[in-house]
Amino acid sequence: MKKFDKERVLLAVAGPVIALVLAIALTSVVLLASDRNPFEPYRLMLQQASYSDVQVLIVNQASMYYIAAIAVALGFRMNLFNIGVDGQYRLAVVMTAVVGANVALPNFLQIPLLLLVAMGTGALWAGIAGALKVTRGVSEVVATIMLNSIATAVIGYVTLAHVWGVQLGNNMTTGVMRKSGWIPGIDLGADVGEIYGLVFLAILLGVAYWLVLNRTRFGFDLRATGESETAAAASGVNAKRMVFVSMVISGAVAGLAGLPLLLGDTHTYSLSFPAGLGFTAIGIALLGRNHPGGIALAALLWALLDKASPALDYATPVAYEKEIATIMQGLIVFAVVISYEAVRQWGLRRQQKRVGAELAAAALKNS
Amino acid sequence: MSTATLTKPQAKRPGRSGRRLSLPALLLVIAGVLVLTSAVRLITGADGITSTGQMSTALRLAVPIGLAGLGGLWAERAGVVNIGLEGMMILGTWFGAWAGYQWGPWTGVAFGIIGGVLGGILHAVATVTFNVNHIVSGVAINILALGTTRYLSKFTFEGVPQGSSKQSPPIDSLGTFDIPGLSSGLNTLNGKHWFLVSDLAGLVGGLITDLSPLTVIAVALVPLSWWVLWRTAFGLRLRSCGENPVAAESLGVNVYKYKYLAVLISGGFAGLGGAFLSIVASNVYLDGQTAGRGYIGLAAMIFGNWMPGGLALGAGLFGYTDSLNLRGGTTNVHALILLLAILLVFGAAYLVWRKRHVPAAATAVVAVLMFLWYVSTDDVPRQVVTATPYVVTLLVLSFSAQHLRMPKADGLPYRKGQGK
Repeated sequence: MKKFDKERVLLAVAGPVIALVLAIALTSVVLLASDRNPFEPYRLMLQQASYSDVQVLIVNQASMYYIAAIAVALGFRMNLFNIGVDGQYRLAVVMTAVVGANVALPNFLQIPLLLLVAMGTGALWAGIAGALKVTRGVSEVVATIMLNSIATAVIGYVTLAHVWGVQLGNNMTTGVMRKSGWIPGIDLGADVGEIYGLVFLAILLGVAYWLVLNRTRFGFDLRATGESETAAAASGVNAKRMVFVSMVISGAVAGLAGLPLLLGDTHTYSLSFPAGLGFTAIGIALLGRNHPGGIALAALLWALLDKASPALDYATPVAYEKEIATIMQGLIVFAVVISYEAVRQWGLRRQQKRVGAELAAAALKNS
Repeated sequence: MSTATLTKPQAKRPGRSGRRLSLPALLLVIAGVLVLTSAVRLITGADGITSTGQMSTALRLAVPIGLAGLGGLWAERAGVVNIGLEGMMILGTWFGAWAGYQWGPWTGVAFGIIGGVLGGILHAVATVTFNVNHIVSGVAINILALGTTRYLSKFTFEGVPQGSSKQSPPIDSLGTFDIPGLSSGLNTLNGKHWFLVSDLAGLVGGLITDLSPLTVIAVALVPLSWWVLWRTAFGLRLRSCGENPVAAESLGVNVYKYKYLAVLISGGFAGLGGAFLSIVASNVYLDGQTAGRGYIGLAAMIFGNWMPGGLALGAGLFGYTDSLNLRGGTTNVHALILLLAILLVFGAAYLVWRKRHVPAAATAVVAVLMFLWYVSTDDVPRQVVTATPYVVTLLVLSFSAQHLRMPKADGLPYRKGQGK
């Protein structure tokens, strides 16, 4: 068998490219329909993206998206929809912030402790949904959605003044974390900003994701269960256990998603912490086709749209609505799923034709 | 008609437990819960838990969830999972408010439905024509609907008096009505705080006080959906697409057509739910107004075993627990802890009777803990009240999920001629 299949590469690239072209075209239609210049916003956003301070923002944001999307992708590979990444990530950030503010250990113990707290909280929250699915048959989609809302209430309670809340300025926070738990970033100068130190954790997680899925027994079992539960069961995989374990791992990864920002910048949790990260991550995981490299590109693209669009509101001489970026993100996801499916079917038909032609040729030779 | 015998909902398949609550038993259980609630109200003095106002609020909160649930029901009965209900509701709130403040509330309702249908078209194209994974398409619709409405608000509501990019100008009310005589009479009776009588008066009175015409329509849509889906040829064909599309195709049913129709109707219901939120439940469109109600509607539908009646019960339960948020929640939820403890004791007794001693012991322990919590505190933190609807949904689902049966081909891809 050929190692490098040109056809496969073509098919793999065609999906995202068609999707992007389609999404851009549709966004331009929206801009035209709302009486705006259909191309100027892209130029403005690309111009923004060429500034190094915006680039730092993009990389930092992308690192969080990346971790969350890896958590989602882990579930996807198993046919599990972990819609609860959002709640898992927020609850984990709060718990980490609380522990970081109230426990003082030396640096080399504090940081592993904080990482463990984050992973543990995320794993616990996702584990509830996993346990409910395995033991009681509750759909993980519904359970994680409910757990997202419950997480909001828990966070509200934790940040009450008589629990762990601390008033800082106008914001209710969890108090400033001890210095030993801060993770220094890479300083690129005063007017450029800092790249979070935990960006490297995101890269590491991507590598680990690829290794575990493609080079371990566990990863094989996981993918097999995702492809066909009955086939996996026949080859001795305990499907229920796999569901629970992968849900827990997905939650543990989700718990890490907020840490680049928490340990690298804010050092406390407040209501201004971004919500909805987990939902965005679903789109990113889809766009990246659950592949670690693809997810990285998707996360960067998404972060670019996020961080380059606010300037549209202040553009001169004509201002544009920054919400066009959100529309574009939605259109991208749509275009992506449709084009992937269309390309897949097109590929299947091509394959069938080729096989048919080869068989016909062989039949001709024999006769 | 010979179809009549076929359309009857299949009696529960003889599975592991095979038991199913008959109607009298169900009524008995409901009556029992009512008596218990009434007793708990007398013990705790939390009169709010069955007051007319509480029930009226509960109904208002239940309607959008029920409508979203009906939307989910129509789509899933035809085999399409619709997690895009949330997005379609968002479209409903926006379109309803946009048309409502300019051309009156009824036009708003119509446009809200149209907004939801637009989302439905998108979902149908993706899932039926392109066979995209249903949940993926739904998530995309949710993102897209949010972005679109925010973008549109900038053009339409910004600069209009009392409007902004996050809020529409106020919409005229559809008006409310009472049933003359009966409503006020029941309200007085409710105020007496008698055992059981006042609770029943509160329950019935709440359902007929301050009614919006749209509420009546929404409630009527529940039996209507049941009738169409289970008592007409159209409904039979639609459901056959959700159970076994290949068989339906072999009988000459145009599966694509029925799936498309079902998803469009589904979007219309979700849009109507959205319009209810922006026109009746409040009188403006607000950014983030749906607050996950589409997802909760989906949960209510699953809780209701993909049946309209069960779905309405689920929506009512959710609406009631949600209404505690608005009216004296901290003391009322505190009272409900006692109710839960008593229910758990009954549950434990039932488990002992079934000779399942370990779960029985666990249930008893939880009951004792609940009781201790009740005795040692006077009220619960606000956050517990906020979380109550979601916790209750999870609890109810975890007790009932194994007795549920979803349409057999729900969420599966279908291609014409795939059975050949």
